[in-house]
Amino acid sequence: MRAAAAMTLPASTAPVSYPGLLSRALASRSFVAGFIGTALIAAMALLSFFWTPYDVTQLVVADRMQPPSAAHWFGTDQFGRDILSMIMVGARNSIAVALVAVGIGMGIGVPLGCLAAARGGLADEVVMRFNDVVFAFPALLSAVMITAVFGPGAVNAIIAIGIFNIPVFARVARAGALALWPREFILAARAAGKNRTQITVEHILPNISTMLLVQGTIQFALGILAEAGLSYVGLGAQPPMPSWGRMLFDAQTRMIVAPWQALFPGLAIVITVLALNLLGDGIADALDPKLRRRQ
Amino acid sequence: MSLLEIENLSVTIGDGPILRGIDLSVQAGETVGLVGESGSGKSMAALSVMRLLPEGARAAGAIRFDGKDLLAADEAAMVRLRGNAVGMVFQEPMTALNPLKTIGEQVAEGIRWHTGASRAVAEQRAAGMLDRVGLPPSRFPLSRYPHQLSGGQRQRVVIAIACALGPKLLIADEPTTALDVVLQAQILDLLRELVAESRMGLLLISHDLAVVTEMADRIAIMRAGEIVDGGDTAVVLSAQSHPYTRQLALASTHVPAHRQPTASVTAPAKRGLPPDGHSHGDTPLLEVTSLTRDYTGQRRSLFSRDPPIRAVDDVSFTMFPGRSTALVGRSGCGKSTLARLVLALDTPTAGQIRFLGEPMTGGSDATQKRLRRDMQVVFQDPYGSFNPRHRAERLVAEPLHLLDPPPDAATRRDMAASALHEVGLSAADMGKYPHEFSGGQRQRLSIARAIITRPKLVVADEAVSALDVSIRAQVLDLFAELNRRLGIAYLFITHDLNVAQAITDDVLVMHEGRIVERGPTAAVFDNPRSEAAKALVSATPDLHRAIRRKLEEQG
Repeated sequence: MRAAAAMTLPASTAPVSYPGLLSRALASRSFVAGFIGTALIAAMALLSFFWTPYDVTQLVVADRMQPPSAAHWFGTDQFGRDILSMIMVGARNSIAVALVAVGIGMGIGVPLGCLAAARGGLADEVVMRFNDVVFAFPALLSAVMITAVFGPGAVNAIIAIGIFNIPVFARVARAGALALWPREFILAARAAGKNRTQITVEHILPNISTMLLVQGTIQFALGILAEAGLSYVGLGAQPPMPSWGRMLFDAQTRMIVAPWQALFPGLAIVITVLALNLLGDGIADALDPKLRRRQ
Repeated sequence: MSLLEIENLSVTIGDGPILRGIDLSVQAGETVGLVGESGSGKSMAALSVMRLLPEGARAAGAIRFDGKDLLAADEAAMVRLRGNAVGMVFQEPMTALNPLKTIGEQVAEGIRWHTGASRAVAEQRAAGMLDRVGLPPSRFPLSRYPHQLSGGQRQRVVIAIACALGPKLLIADEPTTALDVVLQAQILDLLRELVAESRMGLLLISHDLAVVTEMADRIAIMRAGEIVDGGDTAVVLSAQSHPYTRQLALASTHVPAHRQPTASVTAPAKRGLPPDGHSHGDTPLLEVTSLTRDYTGQRRSLFSRDPPIRAVDDVSFTMFPGRSTALVGRSGCGKSTLARLVLALDTPTAGQIRFLGEPMTGGSDATQKRLRRDMQVVFQDPYGSFNPRHRAERLVAEPLHLLDPPPDAATRRDMAASALHEVGLSAADMGKYPHEFSGGQRQRLSIARAIITRPKLVVADEAVSALDVSIRAQVLDLFAELNRRLGIAYLFITHDLNVAQAITDDVLVMHEGRIVERGPTAAVFDNPRSEAAKALVSATPDLHRAIRRKLEEQG
């Protein structure tokens, strides 16, 4: 098809080559670093399904409160469980809860925000007032309430955290879209007869994707913390299933005598959030054609 | 000794030279014009004097102001100088003012900072200065905010800030580019008076040769970071000995090759008929009848509103195939609102728009598509009118979904390639993003998108006003050629009469929402009858007239 087109072109014989998104992404340092970090965490979580150094459900009282050693790289907790193994298994929970919660927030919030911006008027009012109502509840307390009513567990925690992500994404999407609607290229698209849905998909979404990605990584980090909070009060992942937040909260009373118990789950959270932030930045850069030539 | 003496000034950013050894001087009481096209480095020269160059720029050479070497001065000395002995006026009056502060505060701010005067004293001086620039406190109290003023009034505030402390040198960087011609004439008069009053030196930077010729005693012409020609304005422009000066002068007065009567058989017969004249059997392209658009007034309280603002007031006109019409008027006269109504991007309060004999809105989807296909648009800002994340191919092909049936991918590609070819771009540009094109190329891209469906009418909203003169000339040629070759009629919205004259047959003069004068373009501009048209005609800068006047002055 390309060849056929080139034959009919009067002015040019040079082949038109579009440099791929992937090659641009790979040229971005933050993308590569973020991708490696995220991949490591994800691989660790996947590996835990098949193998962990120790069984996380087994309590070995003789080994309790061990500092990091060759046998227990990250040390052990007060019940003698291996912290490295717990972090590996906990990664599943923390990541799954936070990711799905962000997914719920984006999946429902972004279309709502775009709809509000595209339609304006009554639709805008209804969507935004609904958002206000959700916003009016303190997120974590309400999540506690939801899980208390529907029973503790990872699934309910995901839904509870996800619901409170909806207005965040709806607002970000609406604000970004509202700033774009009066722009001339949107007017040009309207003058070309495109309807609001087409314009939203073709012009609005790609131009607010950077904003949404950044917000997504922030919400992801908050999601991990929220899950930690829920687990702390016993409404998140149920013991003996470990979770990063629960490990962190368990460790806080022993910070002086066994700092490793807090350090390693804390590091796991930091590294995951950082890697995802870098990944988000990298994707945003790769998607932005203006940065293309600098590399 | 000169007030400002720039010697062998070079500025580099990274490895790229921005200015290459320019020499320039300004005497007290003298106006020096610095002319060049965008990217020639004229703003960088101004910023070097203020030492406000962007991060990473390095300046070499010497800039002496009043005997002091500014390039060697420390930041504290520059802070004392800026806004005090050297004032600066920027292009965009909206962004040069702080929207959260009153105009009184903003003018008084510099006075207080530099003289240590108390708030009351400073505000008194500020009031005096605002009065001087034509904003008497009785009508424009100090407590006004920038958004409560019009563009021209805002630019007066910016000038008041720059001149509040009686600077010895005023640098005005494109001070009137964002204003319409009538406001431009007023602001230029004000600057001229301020120079005459206080023997202030004025460095006037502009891309508009006619404006600078009217204003400047001496002129310097910049190109690619170098001053290529300079001297007394009358001499430089009457001799036009440098080829680039000649090129700029030609481009500023450019009129596209004579427009042929259109392919339409009946069109020649209609030449000379007023645009609303009755046609015999020929379907009008566009018929606008008693069109009105009101904007709801601001809410005053829970139960009351300001009366609605009538942006377009009972406008009627008719366009015929292949015949272009200019819609001219000052900014805020409602011409862009009218354009949006015609494009059905906005809904009229009353009145009717018929395109090719059918109403633009309310028809079936198929009719809508057909009408949309025949009416396209070119906007002013060649950058803002493209989605920055799409490539040229997709941008240009955007209206193709209006075709019935929509073309497949290969056909789209072919059509995009030939549209690019028609506007003078090459098919190899299809993979580029908008930011990889220059301003003029982007406007060509805009035109390619507008003509890809072979429309009968293109609405062009200030389509060349953001372009440099030489590029503007090329784009005007392109418009004229497409009119001749494809029979496209333009509804050309502009405040620039030279542009209107260059490519349209008929003109509508709009003032405060109404059409106050209409007729063949040349006839209206040669002999304007309404006040609004007269004001526009007399305020429009004209290079030949300016040169004649300078020759008389400077002998």
